[in-house]
Amino acid sequence: MTREALLESRGISKSFFGIRALANVDFEVRAGEIHALLGENGAGKSTLVKILTGAYRRDAGTIALEGRPVSPRDVGEAQDLGIGTVYQEVNLLENLTVAENLYLGRQPRRFGLIDRRRMEREAKALLAGYGLHLDVGESLSHYSVAVRQIIAIARAADLSGKVLFLDEPTASLDAREVDLVFGILRELRSRGLGIVIITHFLDQVYAIADRVTVLRNGERVGCRAIADLPKRDLIGMMLGRELDEETHHRAEISAEAAHAPAPIRFRDFGKRGSVAPFDLDARPGEVVGIAGLLGSGRSETAFLLFGIDRADSGHLEIDGREVPLASPPEAVKLGFGFCPEDRKTDGIIADLSVRENIILALQARRGWAKPLSPREQAEIARKYIRALDIRPPVAERPIKFLSGGNQQKVILARWLATDPRFLILDEPTRGIDIGAHAEIIRLIEQLCAEGMALVVISSELEELVAYSHRVVVLSDRRHVRELRGAEISTQSIMAAMAADPEESAA
Amino acid sequence: MFRTVAAAGAAALLATFAGTVSASALTVGFSQIGSESGWRAAETTVTQQQAKDRGVDLKFADAQQKQENQIKAVRGFIAQGVDAILIAPVVATGWDAVLKEAQEADIPVILLDRQIDAPDDLYLTAVTSDQVHEGKVAGDWLVGAVGDQECKVMELQGTTGSSPAINRKKGFEEAIAGHPNITIARSQTGDFTRTKGKEVMESFIKAENGGKDICAVYAHNDDMAVGAIQAMKEAGLKPGSDIKVVSIDAVPDIFLAMENGEANATVELTPNMAGPAFDALEAYLKDGTVPPKWIQTESKLYTASDDPKAVYESKKDLGY
Amino acid sequence: MTWIATRLRRLAPQLIALALVVVAITLIAPGFAHVTFQNGRLYGSPMDVLVRAAPVALLSIGMTLVIATKGIDLSVGATIAITGAVAASMVAAGHPLAVVILAALGVGLLCGVWNGLLVGLIDIQPIIATLILMVAGRGIAQLITEGVILTFNRPAFAFLGSGAFLGVPMPVILWVLTGLAIGLLVRVSALGLLIEAVGINRRASMMIGIRARFLIVFVYAAAGLCAAIAGLIVTADIKGADANNAGLWLELDAILAVVIGGTALSGGRFSISASLIGALIIQALNTGILISGWPPEFNLIIKAVVIIVILALQSPVVANSLAAAARVRADLKEPRRSRT
Repeated sequence: MTREALLESRGISKSFFGIRALANVDFEVRAGEIHALLGENGAGKSTLVKILTGAYRRDAGTIALEGRPVSPRDVGEAQDLGIGTVYQEVNLLENLTVAENLYLGRQPRRFGLIDRRRMEREAKALLAGYGLHLDVGESLSHYSVAVRQIIAIARAADLSGKVLFLDEPTASLDAREVDLVFGILRELRSRGLGIVIITHFLDQVYAIADRVTVLRNGERVGCRAIADLPKRDLIGMMLGRELDEETHHRAEISAEAAHAPAPIRFRDFGKRGSVAPFDLDARPGEVVGIAGLLGSGRSETAFLLFGIDRADSGHLEIDGREVPLASPPEAVKLGFGFCPEDRKTDGIIADLSVRENIILALQARRGWAKPLSPREQAEIARKYIRALDIRPPVAERPIKFLSGGNQQKVILARWLATDPRFLILDEPTRGIDIGAHAEIIRLIEQLCAEGMALVVISSELEELVAYSHRVVVLSDRRHVRELRGAEISTQSIMAAMAADPEESAA
Repeated sequence: MFRTVAAAGAAALLATFAGTVSASALTVGFSQIGSESGWRAAETTVTQQQAKDRGVDLKFADAQQKQENQIKAVRGFIAQGVDAILIAPVVATGWDAVLKEAQEADIPVILLDRQIDAPDDLYLTAVTSDQVHEGKVAGDWLVGAVGDQECKVMELQGTTGSSPAINRKKGFEEAIAGHPNITIARSQTGDFTRTKGKEVMESFIKAENGGKDICAVYAHNDDMAVGAIQAMKEAGLKPGSDIKVVSIDAVPDIFLAMENGEANATVELTPNMAGPAFDALEAYLKDGTVPPKWIQTESKLYTASDDPKAVYESKKDLGY
Repeated sequence: MTWIATRLRRLAPQLIALALVVVAITLIAPGFAHVTFQNGRLYGSPMDVLVRAAPVALLSIGMTLVIATKGIDLSVGATIAITGAVAASMVAAGHPLAVVILAALGVGLLCGVWNGLLVGLIDIQPIIATLILMVAGRGIAQLITEGVILTFNRPAFAFLGSGAFLGVPMPVILWVLTGLAIGLLVRVSALGLLIEAVGINRRASMMIGIRARFLIVFVYAAAGLCAAIAGLIVTADIKGADANNAGLWLELDAILAVVIGGTALSGGRFSISASLIGALIIQALNTGILISGWPPEFNLIIKAVVIIVILALQSPVVANSLAAAARVRADLKEPRRSRT
């Protein structure tokens, strides 16, 4: 420990309604380092961050900034001390300009009026410092999520300037955009800021972090330099157990099954402005992976397959008969199920209980006039809470109080309850902790083994490689390549993504 | 919505322009507020009847409760060169400019049923009822009807703060002022509607010993009285005999109640504002007789002795 | 047993508020709570509250469902005027009672379906979509009545407004039965759950395969039907249809009843019975003010103040600060060790 700690906390404890969220946790950030804060959901990461940034009051412990004890009472006070935060849901105003967002609440003034010209000049200079050259007079809604993220980071760094907390800064970015954001973070590190990032992407931790602190069950497991820490060990610290090896073998689908006509055949399916027409076959006992960068048409493909967007070309054949597919109710009737990527807006019905969320798709298929009895509902809920290990195992708790991983399990349970023949999963493991991650992958394999046809969209290539029998690669809103069996590897997928559309279509 | 109204206003204007202009007869423009109440509809009917009886060519414009439509209509009348203009003003202010235009065009203007805030040399005269007087007539009738008896009166007010409610209350109180045996025991608003009149009366009955303590009901309009009569009947009371009922307006339905012995008296707010207006106009045009600035219509009292059935028959087709 | 306990816990704030209002009125007007049996029916101020609450109670039933889908229906007051006008004109024309009632209900249903199609199918914002009928509706009603108060004399029809069955006034029977029927329909079937799902997250519901459009048309149709029943009662009550005043502003009282009942304007969880209690609270206030003998200038102020207090007590902010105040008082009694 040669360098001094910039922000140092000792013995932080916090309880909510008698339940211990943090117990005697030490945490420190040095100037000029990027420090990853890791742990499964419920480990206490966000509680710790909220205490250090003034959103919560601690029950016990000390916090020191540059050696002086501090005790921020709210986020504003922490900001004034030099401790800034950028949350996952970017806290900017889309209808204002980039410059206004950067200087909101502290606009340079002249004769009591906002000095717009000076504000824009300063904004331009500020962003240029990060190598970003934008029209700062353009409204923010004009720019991509990545740019907004960078602006949020720039604003926070400019406001606070000592310690920066970033909650899942890359959750909704694709690889290129992640590089862009990381460039900014490295720049800030070189300026001597202490940066704390919370993330689920371990690869990114290895790509950018200097040190890592792992929390588990409200306690600190350890703090290590990332260079000396193999990934296996890191996962071990997070889970407190070794991750099962079973995610790395793939069941083989028999040759004759693979060549028999598929029972579910999308032919020439497409929608102008969304996805170019494509063919897709789904067979029982087979996982079709869909890979592609953000914006390549992955989710759009899922929306077409489930009838949320109506295809304007092609048709769907089921068991050799052409059937219409123009709405989710029709898809549900055909025995399809769909777990959307954006759990919060498209998946959960936040105020309803776990039980109600689980039975809802089945109830929708039966129609309003054939209600499931309370007893049937309770039974279905109990069955899937147990089968998928949903925690806490309380059927009547509103789903909004569950962690991301458990919400995802509830949504899976919702479709499993309809006994679907064809299940579409869009990013089923995004934003959930490693434990739940492994369970969901295990579940995909199990469902496949039981004879379900699955389409899984994922940006985690290792994951796709692990469980897919075929992988469809998307690029620029086209299905450019289909890889099978032994062809499938992360290298081959990335090569297909990177290939020229003309070349690969040939 | 605004566009619809404006379009309707324009249509009304077109209709005025399209009317035939007879060279010899008097041509008079009439800007009516709208048809928000039965009384208003009756006023329109009576005005048209009066015009027809006198051979006046009446150009009618319905303003749909908008002053801007009224001003447009008046300008239209001026442009057509009518001989006189009748306005039933929807509000009291904002008339100076358009009245000056009429004055410059030498067209006399007569206001119907409401006064306005404008210099009185801008119009020939205003024909209106006196709301305080209406209340007083009702009060005088009650004073005469109860004599020296103790009398607890239930008052059903009009919409709180509206000028008829304030004035009709004032006039009634003036009439009973010298008679300590008559007291207004309860006074609540019935919003000029039957439903509220009935609801308020139901409560009064409960609050006054099942209605046994009530001597009379004074309603600021007949509709509330009709509602109150229903409430009394449903409570097993006999309106008209157990409890006296006096109200104002003289709409047809109150005469049915009077015929059945369930209402005792009503004070007429005559829908015939046009009659006195035409009289004044004819005299003015004939030999320049300048009428007084305010022509007060008669507030006639009707009771059971006035052959309510016949009055009902005469009024029922006026559009009330 | 647990079901009853859950229900009671849900309705507790409304029941307590109603009890407090009734107690307060009884203190001001001691005869208020007095109920007797005379002229073959229950009689007294509490019965007045139950009878006069009928229009708002009926509207609040439909309004609860509409608000549960994150909607609002401003047109129900105008629908009362339309259905009342239809009923009165048909009664005056001598049509059989059954035909009159069916026609009025049909017209109300039609008004509701119209709103539902505007909101559900054409995706017009509910407040705008229903404003159309709110404004146009009174005009339609006036066209039917030709601008007059259309009166009639048909005791069988007037019975709906002022009659009584087994001593219970008909309006009370009608709103209680309608509340029970619609409440049971949505809770025994899956409609209630599906409506809540649509109100909480329409997009996710759509992706689950819930037919949100159908449900939206359904709730507005139900609101129209409830308004039609209210229209029949209001018309039968005064033996006439007053196109200008029938149901005027009642949509706002109905929305208030739903809000007092704890159903959030942002949609989702709803309770019809809580809304009905809300309607009773509003009417108890109205009747209480009438019977108090205070001058009418105070009516609206008193009503507003009491309702603000009721809503404030339900708000989580106030609930939390009350709890905090209780904690502070406990702290004062027994000082805790100071925290770091």
